[in-house]
Amino acid sequence: MDIHEYQAKEILSGYGVKIAEGGLAYSPEDAIQRAREIGGHVWAVKAQIHSGARGKAGGIKICKTHDEVEAAAEYLLGKRLVTHQTGPAGKVCSRLYVEAGTEIAKELYFSFLVDRSAERIVMIGSSQGGMDIEELAVSNPGAITKIHIEPAVGLQDYQARQMAFALGLDAEIISHAVKTIRGCYRALRELDCSMLEINPLVVTSNNELLALDAKMGFDDNALFRQQKISELRDKSQEDPREMAAADRGLSYVGLDGDIGCMINGAGLAMATMDMIKLAGGEPANFLDVGGGASPERTEKAFRLVLADSNVKAMLVNIFAGINRCDWIAEGVVHAVQKLDMKIPLIVRLSGTNVEEGRRIIAESGLPIITAETLAEAAEKAVQARNAVVSKGGC
Amino acid sequence: MAILINENTRILVQGFTGKIGTFHAEDMMKYGSKVVGGVTPGKGGQKHLGLPVFNTMKEAVQETQADASIIFVPPAFAADSIMEAADAGIKYCVAITDGIPTQDMMTVKNFLRRFPDDKRMVLTGPNCAGTISPGKSMLGIMPGHIYMPGNVGIVGRSGTLGYEAASQMKALGIGVSTSVGIGGDPINGSAHQVILEKFEQDPETEVIMMIGEIGGPQEVEAGLYAKANMKKPVVAYIAGLTAPQGRRMGHAGAIISSAGEGAAEKVAMLKECGVTICPTPAAMGETIAKVLANLG
Repeated sequence: MDIHEYQAKEILSGYGVKIAEGGLAYSPEDAIQRAREIGGHVWAVKAQIHSGARGKAGGIKICKTHDEVEAAAEYLLGKRLVTHQTGPAGKVCSRLYVEAGTEIAKELYFSFLVDRSAERIVMIGSSQGGMDIEELAVSNPGAITKIHIEPAVGLQDYQARQMAFALGLDAEIISHAVKTIRGCYRALRELDCSMLEINPLVVTSNNELLALDAKMGFDDNALFRQQKISELRDKSQEDPREMAAADRGLSYVGLDGDIGCMINGAGLAMATMDMIKLAGGEPANFLDVGGGASPERTEKAFRLVLADSNVKAMLVNIFAGINRCDWIAEGVVHAVQKLDMKIPLIVRLSGTNVEEGRRIIAESGLPIITAETLAEAAEKAVQARNAVVSKGGC
Repeated sequence: MAILINENTRILVQGFTGKIGTFHAEDMMKYGSKVVGGVTPGKGGQKHLGLPVFNTMKEAVQETQADASIIFVPPAFAADSIMEAADAGIKYCVAITDGIPTQDMMTVKNFLRRFPDDKRMVLTGPNCAGTISPGKSMLGIMPGHIYMPGNVGIVGRSGTLGYEAASQMKALGIGVSTSVGIGGDPINGSAHQVILEKFEQDPETEVIMMIGEIGGPQEVEAGLYAKANMKKPVVAYIAGLTAPQGRRMGHAGAIISSAGEGAAEKVAMLKECGVTICPTPAAMGETIAKVLANLG
C-alpha cells in the first residue's frame, strides 16, 4: 500500500526527520490560507498523487505570490497527471500540499528497501539526488552506496555515519544525519514499511538536512497489525475495480485487453494470460479466485470481469486442488444464468472431480464453449473474441 | 529416493485441530503420508483424527520422532510456528500459510541461519502448495492423483501451475520424482537454487522442470547455478509475459520492480545459462518429453 507525500512527511517528522513547514489544501482558498500561515515569499504547491516523478509531469509549482499559489492550485486540483509510474491512465490530483520554499545547496538520494536477494533491508544513498535512481544505477553505478542491515541487531550508528560520509556531508551535520537515518530505519521497522525513499534529501543553504520529498510503501501482508497506516489509504488513487475485488477477497488487476479471465492460482493466471497473448489475443484482466471458490465467490468474480465494458469474451480456467470442479461448474452455471451473460464463455476444468464438473456444464444447456487443455482454451477464447468483433457486436 | 520427503517421513501438523489443518491432514493421510500427530497450543493431551495433539513442538517431536512438519497457522502467528519447528529439531518444514509479513520472514531466515549446517531445518514456502514425492508421501495441499511417480523433478513458485505441469506430463506418461512448491512470497524459505542442488544429488531425478514468474532474482540465480554446477538438464517456464510493471500479480512476490525482473528478461538470461525454455505454458509436458528423449 502506498501513501501520499504529506502523510509520509508527517510520519517521518515524528521520527526526527526534518521537513519544511507545510499544510494540506483541498481548494485554492485552502492553498492561499496555508501559504499565509507558513509565511515567507516562496511556496511549493505539490500535487498529492501516488507516484514519483511528479515534478516532470508538471505536478509541482513554485510560487512567489499568493495569486500564483491560487493559480497553481486551480490548475492542479482535479488534474489527471501522467508519469512513467502511473501508466497511461494517470492519476487524478484531489489534494495539494503547500510547503515553504527551501533554498537548496545540495540534493541527495536516500532510501531503505527490502533486498530480496540478500533477504535483508538495504540502505541506499547517492550524492547525486533528485534524479531517478534506476537511471543512475545504469549510468553511474559507482555513485551509489549500498549498506545492508543485519536484522538481529538492526542499523548501527557506524553504518549511518558511513552513509552520511558517502553522501559527502559536512562534519558538522553528521550527527544530525545519523539521527535522520536512524529515524527512517525505526519508522521502517516499526511500521512494516517495505520501501522508504527520500529523493531529494537536501542540504539547505543554512546547512541543514531536510526531506524535500518522501515516499513510503507498506507491506500489504502486515496491514493487519498497522491499523493507523491502514487508515491512510486513499482509495481515489487506486483502481476502483481492484479495490472492489480486494474487498471481496479476490485478487484482480485491470489490463487493457478484451478477453476477461477468471483463474485459480496466481501462477496459472499469469500463464493463462500469456497463452491468450500467444494465441493472438489480449487479456482484459488478471483475476485469481483462489482456493475454495464457492458459487457466491464465482458469481462475484463474474460480476467483476463483466463490469469491464471492453470485455468481448470470457475465459474460465480452473485447475482444482483445494477447489472442486463440480463446485466451480455449479457456480459458473449459476452466474451465467443470474447475470444473463451475452458474450461467449469458454470454460476449461481440470483436477479434482473434473468429470462431474464437465457433466454439470454439459447438462446445463447453456452455450458454454468447453476446452480440455490450456492451449485449446486460449485458442477458443481468441476465436470467440474475434467472431464477436467481426460481427461488430458488443 | 526422491528429495525432501519419502515413505518414511514422519509428519506433524502445526495448526492441527483447525478447519484447514484438519481437512488437509486427512487428505495427506488418505494419500498414505505418515502423519504422526499435531500441535495446537492449549489442546495438548487430546486426540484428533485418532492421533495425539501436543501443546509444543518440542514435546511433539520427542514423543513421535517426527522429522517433518506442515504449517496451517494463521499469518500473524506463522513465523513463530516456523521458528518453533526449527528449534524442536524438525528437519523439513512446509509453510502453507499465505500472508506472512515480509519482516517476519526476514526474522525467520535470520533465525535459521544461526543453526550449524547439519542442524538447520529446510523450509519451503510460505504461500505454497507443499511438496509431494508421488506414491511415497504428500506434505501439502495438492490433488495427489495428478502426479505419477517418475524421474522428473518439479520446482515452482505457483501451486496450480505446478499442477498444470504434472498433468501435462502424466498425459504423456511422464512421472515425477518430487514436486516442490517454493511459494509466491518475496522472501521464502528456499530459493529455486536450493531445490536444484537437491535434485542434482538425487539419483532418481533425471531432468528438472523449473517454473518461475516475474519479480525477484531467484530464477536467474538458479540458472547461473545450473550453468556452473549441474550435469542434469533444466527446463524452465517463466510466467508473466503480459504482466505490467509495478503491479502485484496475486503473489506478493510477483511484481516487476526493477530491471531484469520481467518474464522476457528472465527468459533471455536463462537461455544464456543453457536452460531449455518452454515457449508456452501449454508446452511444459512436450518440452520435458523432448529433453528426456535426448537423454536416451
